[in-house]
Amino acid sequence: MKRKNQVLFGALAVAAMVISSCGSDDGSADVEISVPDIPMHESMGDFEGELNIVNWSGFVEPAWTDKFTADTGCKVNPRVAGTSDEMVTLMRTGQYDIVSASGDAALRLIVGGDVQPLNIELIPNFSDDIAAGMKGNVYDTVNGKPYGVPIGRGANLLQYNDTITNGAPESWDVVWETDSPYAGKITAYDAPIYIADAAVYLMYHEPDLGIKNPYALDETQLAAAIALLKQQNTIIGEYWSDPVAQITSFVGGNTVVGTSWEILRKFAAQDNLKTTLPVEGSTGWFDSWLVSATTKNVNCAYAWMDYTSQPEVNGAIAVNFGMAPANVAFCGSSAEAQAHCDTFFAEDEEFFERIWPWTTPIETCVDGRTEVKCTSFQDWTNAWATVKG
Amino acid sequence: MSDTSMSTQRRPISSYLLRRPKVRLLGLLALPMTWIVGVYIFSLFLLLVTAFWNVDPFTSLVSPAFNLENFRLIFTNSAYIATSIRTLFIALAVTTVCVVFAVPLGIFMAKIASPRLRNALAVAITLPLWAGYLVKVIAMRLVFTEEGFFNWLMAPLGIRGPGFSIPIVILTLTYLWFPYMALPVYTAIRQIPPILFDASSDMGAKGFMTVYRVVLPLIVPAIIAGSVFTFSLSLGDYLAARFTGGSTQMIGSIIAANINLNPPVAAAYSMVPITFVVIYLMVARRTGSLERM
Repeated sequence: MKRKNQVLFGALAVAAMVISSCGSDDGSADVEISVPDIPMHESMGDFEGELNIVNWSGFVEPAWTDKFTADTGCKVNPRVAGTSDEMVTLMRTGQYDIVSASGDAALRLIVGGDVQPLNIELIPNFSDDIAAGMKGNVYDTVNGKPYGVPIGRGANLLQYNDTITNGAPESWDVVWETDSPYAGKITAYDAPIYIADAAVYLMYHEPDLGIKNPYALDETQLAAAIALLKQQNTIIGEYWSDPVAQITSFVGGNTVVGTSWEILRKFAAQDNLKTTLPVEGSTGWFDSWLVSATTKNVNCAYAWMDYTSQPEVNGAIAVNFGMAPANVAFCGSSAEAQAHCDTFFAEDEEFFERIWPWTTPIETCVDGRTEVKCTSFQDWTNAWATVKG
Repeated sequence: MSDTSMSTQRRPISSYLLRRPKVRLLGLLALPMTWIVGVYIFSLFLLLVTAFWNVDPFTSLVSPAFNLENFRLIFTNSAYIATSIRTLFIALAVTTVCVVFAVPLGIFMAKIASPRLRNALAVAITLPLWAGYLVKVIAMRLVFTEEGFFNWLMAPLGIRGPGFSIPIVILTLTYLWFPYMALPVYTAIRQIPPILFDASSDMGAKGFMTVYRVVLPLIVPAIIAGSVFTFSLSLGDYLAARFTGGSTQMIGSIIAANINLNPPVAAAYSMVPITFVVIYLMVARRTGSLERM
């Protein structure tokens, strides 16, 4: 995995970028994905009186639901889910009206016919203030139809212990290559979606593999990513899925470099722990509200999406969870809000252009290729088990 | 006669049951049988049947069918095989370590320690059972982090812990399940009549010979009983590996990773620890220890 023939490949990559930029800039637009035909809500009616939400911890709190209930009469029943898979399973029960899905759950729900397309005209707060990078992504906009209302986003950054690294590593190679000076003190995210991080690294260093989108891997490309992950497995100290475990791992000195979120660095509260976005770019999670296809409380759901898209409410959710708010109008509202936005790069579109939002890999290649079949999330899950051996 | 009729009037239910043994039996077993068959066996059966079912690769929806694809995956994928062997090794190691600790401790508590010390030790062994499982796992994690208690304590001797790895998983599981081995072993040793020790001594056996020829044969059933707990509990565990194993993967880790996305594979893989436990129980039965438990 060393950078062989980098100059040549660099030139090829530039050529490829020029060509592909004619079609799309992120290698993900113009994809026709077959989805069940579900009608969208035409116009607002009477509020039904309740709203059942599947959400990430910290997204639905009395601090902002009380006012919503007072305004609309919709009683909010939140159900916290721990993982994207759990969210999908819960939404499929049909007992919930709306979900705060990350991109790796959203596309599964859309293609599975579990959620309905949205009528954006009924959500006035879905306005120009919503960060440009959060609109029209493949995970929540399919065949030109929007399915999701953005809530917030965050990046999977490279966190490092500055006292040991003496400065920010420029490249992700410190977590992938066997000659890493921090071998044995590396942490990686413990989920199949982490395969995309390997793909991002390969996109930069092995352009001859032809990866254009880390979520559209054919079998050869997936095999290359898995080979890289197996190589990483020999130098990994610990995989993390539990945020507390990740924090104690960095604070306790078991980990020097590895994948992290800005909010985890904040919680660790140590000056020598810093984060950086290496030259290859990275992956990230972009969360949106999706409405169930079989909801009985569709008016409450629309009211909720509109309410939580207001700058203050959207900002409150983002601050509470620790992510960049979707509605950047929040940032200008106070000095504290601005500080929050700066920490989480909320208004920095250049930053987020280098982030690949988590997207469910499906058999249809989301980079637009039609001559091959891409690997599905099931393939990723099976492959992930082989990585750890 | 009048007495009987008196009591018949006073205890209508008892006398009714006295005359109908079948109803009596039904009343006695209704609740436990509902539990065992209805809740325990039935849900286990449903789980195992799922192992033969299909799953939609995209939606993860499970549909009834009969195919052995999931089993083929488990027996051909080297990662699954390696994980099974690793988990078996860990469970056997935990059991061995528990026995090695429990027998000398049991002998000391039962035969040497003063009653006061004996009680103190009994409390010390059972006390960890009062703490939450996850609390204990996290505690072990904190003890063995790079800058944790263990390395701090051992630093003057120049010793450093192995970091999160299989040995720490074995140690954590030993810590978790030790009471289940120590208590039956201690109880068994206490029940050995003192005259056997005297007899052994009279015939010229030293301490170790007595332990080897007299104590060990008598406490084998207790060791087997304890090992059923330590072995099967270790086989099914995955949180210890997640928090103290570094990159160690156990059977439970793979099942947990598949449970939402691919329930049939998770179900098929759960057959592996079940098979291990069944084989273990059959071997234990052969030794005749289960009858004497």
